[in-house]
Formats: sequence, C-alpha cells, structure tokens
Amino acid sequence: MTKVIKNSKITDSNFILVREKDIDIDVGNQLFPLSTYLQNLETLVGRSDYGIWIDSHEEIEVLAEKIYCDTIALNFPSFNDGRPYSSANLLRQRLKFQGEIRAVGDVRRDQLEQMVRCGFNAFEMAEDTDLEASLASLQGFTVNYQTTADRPEPLFRKR
Amino acid sequence: MYRYDAHDQKLVDERVAQYREQTERFLEGKIPADEFQQLRLRNGLYVQRLAPMLRIAVPYGMLSSKQIRKVAHITRYYDKGYGHLTTRQNIQLNWPLLKEVPDILEELASVQMHAIQTSGSCIRNITTDQYAGSAKDEIEDPRPWAELLRQWSTFHPEFNWLPRKFKIAVSGSTEDRAAIQVHDIGIRIIERNGVRGFQILAGGGLGRTPVIGSLIKEFLDPKHLLTYTEAVLRVYNRYGRRDNKYKARIKILVRAMTPEVFSEKVEVEWASIKNGPGTLTSEEIDRTKASFACPKYEVLRDINLEEALITDNEAFRNWLKQNVLPHKISGYAIVNLAIKATGVAPGDITDEQMELIADCAETFSFGELRITHEQNITLADVRQKDLYTLWQRLVTAKLNSPNLGLLTDMICCPGGDFCSLANAKSIPVAEAIQRRFDQLDYLHDLGELHINISGCMNACGHHHVGNIGILGVDKKGQEFYQVSIGGSANSSAAIGKILGPSFAREEIPEVIETIVQVYIANRVSEEYFLDTLHRIGVQPFKDAVYRIDD
Repeated sequence: MTKVIKNSKITDSNFILVREKDIDIDVGNQLFPLSTYLQNLETLVGRSDYGIWIDSHEEIEVLAEKIYCDTIALNFPSFNDGRPYSSANLLRQRLKFQGEIRAVGDVRRDQLEQMVRCGFNAFEMAEDTDLEASLASLQGFTVNYQTTADRPEPLFRKR
Repeated sequence: MYRYDAHDQKLVDERVAQYREQTERFLEGKIPADEFQQLRLRNGLYVQRLAPMLRIAVPYGMLSSKQIRKVAHITRYYDKGYGHLTTRQNIQLNWPLLKEVPDILEELASVQMHAIQTSGSCIRNITTDQYAGSAKDEIEDPRPWAELLRQWSTFHPEFNWLPRKFKIAVSGSTEDRAAIQVHDIGIRIIERNGVRGFQILAGGGLGRTPVIGSLIKEFLDPKHLLTYTEAVLRVYNRYGRRDNKYKARIKILVRAMTPEVFSEKVEVEWASIKNGPGTLTSEEIDRTKASFACPKYEVLRDINLEEALITDNEAFRNWLKQNVLPHKISGYAIVNLAIKATGVAPGDITDEQMELIADCAETFSFGELRITHEQNITLADVRQKDLYTLWQRLVTAKLNSPNLGLLTDMICCPGGDFCSLANAKSIPVAEAIQRRFDQLDYLHDLGELHINISGCMNACGHHHVGNIGILGVDKKGQEFYQVSIGGSANSSAAIGKILGPSFAREEIPEVIETIVQVYIANRVSEEYFLDTLHRIGVQPFKDAVYRIDD
C-alpha cells in the first residue's frame, strides 16, 4: 500500500487516485476527478468513502458550496507547476475547507514546506522517496513574513 | 538603511543551513540535476559556460561599507578578485565553486545579505531609484515600500513557482529612474489632492517581446500595497501561460486578457483579501520608514559649482560636470562612479576598488552606497566641499571615469564570454565602441546618449530601451548584431525600432559612428539624440547606416 505523509506522520494511504476512463463510481476509497465528482454529486452526497482530485489547470472556485467530502487532492503535473499552491490557499482561506488537502503527482521533498504554508497537510510522493528525510525537511524554517493559510497573521503584526 | 532585526537574521541563517544541506545531498548524488537546478536557481546559482555564476541580492541596490567590504573579501577568497554589477542592482560572481557556495552564503548572512530569489521563476530583487532619499524631484522615498515588498516576497510560498520570473520596481520621484514601465509590476508614488498613494502598472517587460506596462490601478492607498500585489501575483500564477516559456511572462497574459479585463480580475481577487491581516499597519509602515530616516546632514550652504568649475584641473571639471548631481539638501551632492572604464567589462569591479569605495562611502557619504541599474555606483550624500578630495581618492583606483550617461557609459550583459544563454559576445562590442569614442570632449558634445547591449534576446542588457540598442543574434553559428534606435527607459519609456539587417561585430563601431554623425548633422542647438530622432524620424539613420555596405 502507498505510504503518505499526513499531518507530519507517515501512514498508509486510504485512497487510490482514479482517472476518468477507469471509474467505477460505486467503489470506495477512490479520489475522483473533479468532472466526475460534479457530474455525480447527487449519488455521492451522503457517502464518506471518497475524495476529489483536481488538476493544476482546474479552477478551485467551482467547488464553492459544493464540498461534501473530507479529502481533496491537488495534482502537480510537474514540480515546477505552481498553480496548486494557489488552489490550496484558496481552498483554505476562501472556501474555508478544513479537511485534508493532499499533494499528489510530482511532489518533491524540498517543496513540502512551501506546500504546508499554503494549506497542504498530506503528501503522496514518488515510490522510492525517503519519507523520514522528507518529514525532516518540514522543520527548516521558523520565521516567515507572509499571510498564509497555515498562519494568517503576518510577521509584521507581531513585531 | 534597513537593518535586520532578529527575525530577518534568523530567516537568512535558516536559509543558509537549508541550502548547505541541499548542496550536500546534491554532491552525494541524492538530488537529480533537474531538481537541484531549480533549488540552486532560487539561490542565484547558475551553471555558466565556464563556471557557476552566483548572483548576490542587493535589495534596491543599497549597501553599507561593511557589506561591500565583505563582498570584496568573498571575491578575493572564493573567486577571482572581482564582481560584476547587474541591471537589477545586484552583484554577480563569475567563478565561485559550487561546493563553496554555502560558505559564501554564510559569509553574506553575517552582514545581513543573501542570494535568495536572484534567479528562478519567482519574485526577483525589488529595484528602485538609485537617488532615493537624496533626489530633488522626490515625492516620497520609495525604499521603505521596496523593503516591505522585499520581505513580503521573500519565500512567499504561493509564488515561488510562477510561470516565469517576476520583477517589481518602485519609483518615488517625478522622473522615473527605476524604469518602472518595463517591469512586470511598476509602482509609482503619486500625490493626489494632497494624499499619497500608488499608481500600479503591470505587464511591462523586455525580453523577446518588449512591452510598455499598462496602468491597472489609478490610485492605491499605501496600506493595501501587499494585498493588492498578492492579488496581481495570484492572477498571474493561476492564469499565466506555462506551455511556452517565451510566452509565460505576465506581459503576455495582460495583453491576451487586455489590461482592462486583467485589472478587473485583480480587483475581484483583491476584494476578498483587502483589509485582511495582510493590510499594512501604520506601526509597520513607520517602523520601516524609520530605517530610512535622513542621515544627520550638516547645515551647509550651497557652493556655487559653476564657480567651482572654474578650476584649471580639466579632468576634475569634466567629472564634476558629468558625474555629480544636485542634492535635495543644500551643501550636498550626489556623486556617481561610472564603472565603465575602457578595457574593462562594463560593471566589473575589483576587490580593491570595492574596498576603496567602502572607505570613500564611510568618509564622505554616511557609510552607504547604491548600485544603479545602469551598472554604476552612487554615493548619494556627499558634502560639496569634499568633492575634490573624494575625486582624488577615486582617481587612485581608476574610479573617476567622467562618462556618466554618455555614449561610453553602456549597459552591457556578460554575454557570450560567460553566459550559456547568449548568442553572441557583448563585452568586446562595448570595448570596441569605447575605443572608437575615446575623445572626451566629443562625448560631452554628444551629451546624453545611452547604448545598451544584450548578447541574446533575453535582454539582460536592456537593449530595447537603449537610445541605441545592440542585440547579439546567431546566424548559422556566426555572431551578428541587430541595431535599434529610439529606446528609452525613463518617464517617456519607449521600445527602440530595429534599423534593418544585422551587422558583423567589426562593423558595429562604424555603425554607431554613422548614427552619431546623422544626429550631429541634423541636431538643432542643444538637442539630445532622442529629440533629434523624434523630429527627423528613423529613415535618415537607416539610409546612412546601410550605405556603409555600398
């Protein structure tokens, strides 16, 4: 089973990410594509065994008032695609989503800290990643300046 | 100038530790090269043609004597004893060893410096007017705002993986010396009905597609600076193109959306964070402004420099006339050190010169200096009565080139001699032009005339906004140079027009001479080059230049 980092602990993944062609909506423990989710909202409301995954080019706003699950995965097609950082931030700060935001795709150790600050709290990394070492890289910085999802008060308000 | 508090220092120290660990992992083969490339780029480390290049951040160009002494020390012990001043007011080292970069960063951190975000697709060094705080035409000192933006943009977690690099400049005076119209975001301090605020431009830039920025906000209350900038960056981060790196800058997005639609989109985004916790407090604004309080000026009377000009020392007189500018405080002057001596790459400066500048700044200018985007150095607060003594000191280090703003004070990128992106060399072109125009009287007679040279269309030498711009191009493996005229980086910013087919390198000095001859033949009284060009148009220049081949 795939391991993930979740709330700074290494744990087994409870979800499998599915792409549109492989979907069986009745099977549990799947992360559905955004379009599938929106098309099947009525069927899915009431169930708690699924999550949604959203690609980097998809607009997170379409989920406003329409989130009925506890896990949203944001896909990084490439580690240098910065859009999911904005999506995570908007999910937390604008859509007030309190559940799990999971980074999936090309997720790399040296970027986890930035992801946490934008609201991610779970990370599914490549098979051969040293998760213990990745966890350690979350500890690098104790100071930052900005208003972010994990700490809305900017540093200047505490100076 | 701004001094770090414990928070700022800790952040920089933590960054050194993080980068040291990343470098060690890379050297142990634990980080793939493509991944490490992105990590080192965000710390200003490029791998160049001959060696790595490290770009050290100099926020809005300000340095203390202590800091430049440290840079001198670093160039001596880790490099080849010189550095290069860049058009983003930074300093580059051309020969550091990759494994020693963490040590260099540690040395820098000990004097409140770093190399954070000096490259990579993130928010780069914030630039401003090199005469900030001293200029006569200043509405308000732009540096506190540049510093607030520096902190806000440093490791902003959401904007570290933008579609492309992002450059912000702030101007606080009537004349724009920060080239804000060719920046991704340009911020102009204005006064409206006695109230200060910002005018915001977006989507300007050079590179392959030079564009003058569009006005997207008529008047912004200063306390909203960070939230509004955040809104602009968020719109860009989400909607900027990522499929083609040549179309990824914000200028392409603004143009595709139209400035009006882009601005509306920013307004919508801004509405939900405006007045939120990111809104600047008056305490923070005051705290930052206090860091840039006026130095303790003496009460002095203005010396009549016209009289001072009547000296039999012609070299001093030339320097005074060209490199020294009036100051807002009587009895003081702004002094420019043109780092453009013939035979030395424009902007290159040795360790010993840095140390002499540190000493001069300490003795004559409150221990502070600025790097300018024209790759020169400014001592902004010199007593007029010290000018001669200062000049004598500068002469000993060959820092007295009296060519500020003249044809030989060229902006020039490192080009094909160093840079792996370049299509052609640029330093030898600059030198050949300097050698051709070696008569100072002639240069003074020509007056203000800016030549900018880039070795490729990435435009690090800002060729589009040179009065004469020179761009290195590659034609079947041969180096050629395209020449444009009419560019300008000041308040009336303009992109130069290409004259026509490109030239071989050895033809360039002759081409420049021909352009200058057309100007001289057509100018009326005291007209500058650009004025004459605007009056007579490009055609006479074209005709003359392409007659060379006949």
